[in-house]
Amino acid sequence: MPEAAVFQGLSWNPLTDMHQLFAYPFMVNALEAGTIVAVMAGVTGWFMVLRRQTFAGHTLSVIAFPGAAAASLAGLPLAVGYFGFCGFGALALAGIAGSRRSLSAESAAIGSLQALALALGFLFVSLYHGILNGLDSLLFGTFLGITTEQVVVLLAVAGAAVVLVAIAARPLFFASVHPDVARAGGVPVAAMGFGFLLVLGLAVAETSQITGALLVFALLVTPAATAHQLTARPVLGIVLSVALALAVTWLGLALAYFSIYPVGFYVTSLSFGSYVVVRVGRALGRRRQLTARLALEAA
Amino acid sequence: MSAMAASPKPPATRKEAAVSFEGAAVRLGGRTIWSDVSLTVAEADFVAVLGPNGAGKSTLIKAILGLLPLAAGTGSVLGRRPGEAKGRVGYLPQRHGFDPGTRIRGVDLVQLGLDGTRWGIPLPGTSSRKRDAARVAEVIELVGGSAYASRPIGELSGGEQQRLLIAQALVRRPKLLLLDEPLDSLDLPNQAAVAALVRRICEEERVAVLLVAHDLNPIIGYLDRVIYLAGGGAVEGPPEDVITSETLSRLYGAPIEVLHASDGRLVVVGQPEAPFVHGDRHA
Ligand SMILES: Nc1ncnc2c1ncn2[C@@H]1O[C@H](COP(=O)(O)OP(=O)(O)O)[C@@H](O)[C@H]1O
Ligand SMILES: [Mg+2]
Repeated sequence: MPEAAVFQGLSWNPLTDMHQLFAYPFMVNALEAGTIVAVMAGVTGWFMVLRRQTFAGHTLSVIAFPGAAAASLAGLPLAVGYFGFCGFGALALAGIAGSRRSLSAESAAIGSLQALALALGFLFVSLYHGILNGLDSLLFGTFLGITTEQVVVLLAVAGAAVVLVAIAARPLFFASVHPDVARAGGVPVAAMGFGFLLVLGLAVAETSQITGALLVFALLVTPAATAHQLTARPVLGIVLSVALALAVTWLGLALAYFSIYPVGFYVTSLSFGSYVVVRVGRALGRRRQLTARLALEAA
Repeated sequence: MSAMAASPKPPATRKEAAVSFEGAAVRLGGRTIWSDVSLTVAEADFVAVLGPNGAGKSTLIKAILGLLPLAAGTGSVLGRRPGEAKGRVGYLPQRHGFDPGTRIRGVDLVQLGLDGTRWGIPLPGTSSRKRDAARVAEVIELVGGSAYASRPIGELSGGEQQRLLIAQALVRRPKLLLLDEPLDSLDLPNQAAVAALVRRICEEERVAVLLVAHDLNPIIGYLDRVIYLAGGGAVEGPPEDVITSETLSRLYGAPIEVLHASDGRLVVVGQPEAPFVHGDRHA
């Protein structure tokens, strides 16, 4: 154990405070895990928002909850439950998207799946009374309880997912924005959609372990949605999405360390705050443009 | 082979047929959409695909792309089987309007036409990357879209979107361009401008163009050939042979009249919609 590991509270000396953040192994693990998850969530989330699949993504995060509860019930590691259920959920969502009778039928089917997942989660929690203590962390995350082994698993999964997205980046972008032309050009559009849902399932399972099933959106959706607001350039958008996810994770962890409020609260509030600032900023910018144009026309 | 006065072509260049179908038929969901369709589109021809709603015009385009199999007959596209000449066929699908929230730049969309099917991430700053960027800029200039190509596509007008999508279809220097109702939802001046643009591309880049249209009039002056689909079949030929009361009446199996307005426009009268003709579909 490091000798310096004595909690002193916020000293307002940046160097001392930085030093403190890295003093405890649990904080180091949290920062490493948060960094890994933020990079993966930033990349996958950007494509998810582009493909308008946030509802599917949200459903996967709800499915993560019964997954974790089932794993606790069966005495298995939580990761098994998260990855197993999210993988299965991705298959179900791909099936729903593949049958695609209509957009409204699709979202109704996804919604039903989501309700079923919540019901199952509740059932598993009731069956295993002991878990009730852990319910909080299933729903709202265990940021500060990450072990070194978990960090290694996270790194392997995130690495695989990011590499897959990088290899498929251009066909996936093509299939997302212009599916008819992509198909005619030889892109396997249906397979891309299925593969992306699987990667999204991985991302959600992984993010859930950190932020809990309910706060996945703080890292997966909000930074990506903010990036899409900030720029229409694809490469810059992905970089911004990752940067924002990293910033809210690091800041959230640091703020939580020095205060009594939970990490999830800070991460969520920070990403929501940045989204609101960007939206309002863009709306004001548009207003200014409009006023300038009107003034020009009046002149 | 007779072409309209607008573009006399030397017969010597007519070596390779861009598209040729012999006795072709397509079945969808157990129903024959059209059958016994034979047609030839020569290199650098400008061909209109006409016919009422539901006649199978989009189906014909998809069959040429190899997205739908032929149930009968044979087809060849640029000397190969449909779907095997992907890199040399440009395509603009029907109804692809981007909604106002779409945050994708026009230039990225055009770029996708060039490298959207390639795997992996390109290294920035390489010479092939620069070549690609130059080609994208060149083709955007060709369609007159340089002023707005870097704006999000959702914020552009229908005509601007259409021009950039034509640029996307053209960026790989195709020998065959398939445009499914590119004039749809454009106002009249834009219809005329896009039609003139496609004609110019057809001549300058020596691309065969199949353009699906609802209304013949914006393109009538530019056409080499017409494919008219109706009643589960098709006729193909020069417009002055196809757009006649006799040919269309035979095709529809019902009396059709073609009127010549004093301004040169053609009006097809008595044209029933496809479900009537097939008599096998009702609400
Ligand atoms: N997947 C399908 N299964 C069954 N019928 C289809 C399918 N797709 C299109 N059709 C039918 O094929 C006919 C031709 O369609 P289409 O080629 O789109 O017509 P057009 O483009 O001339 O308006 C229509 O009657 C349509 O209902
Ligand atoms: Mg059509």
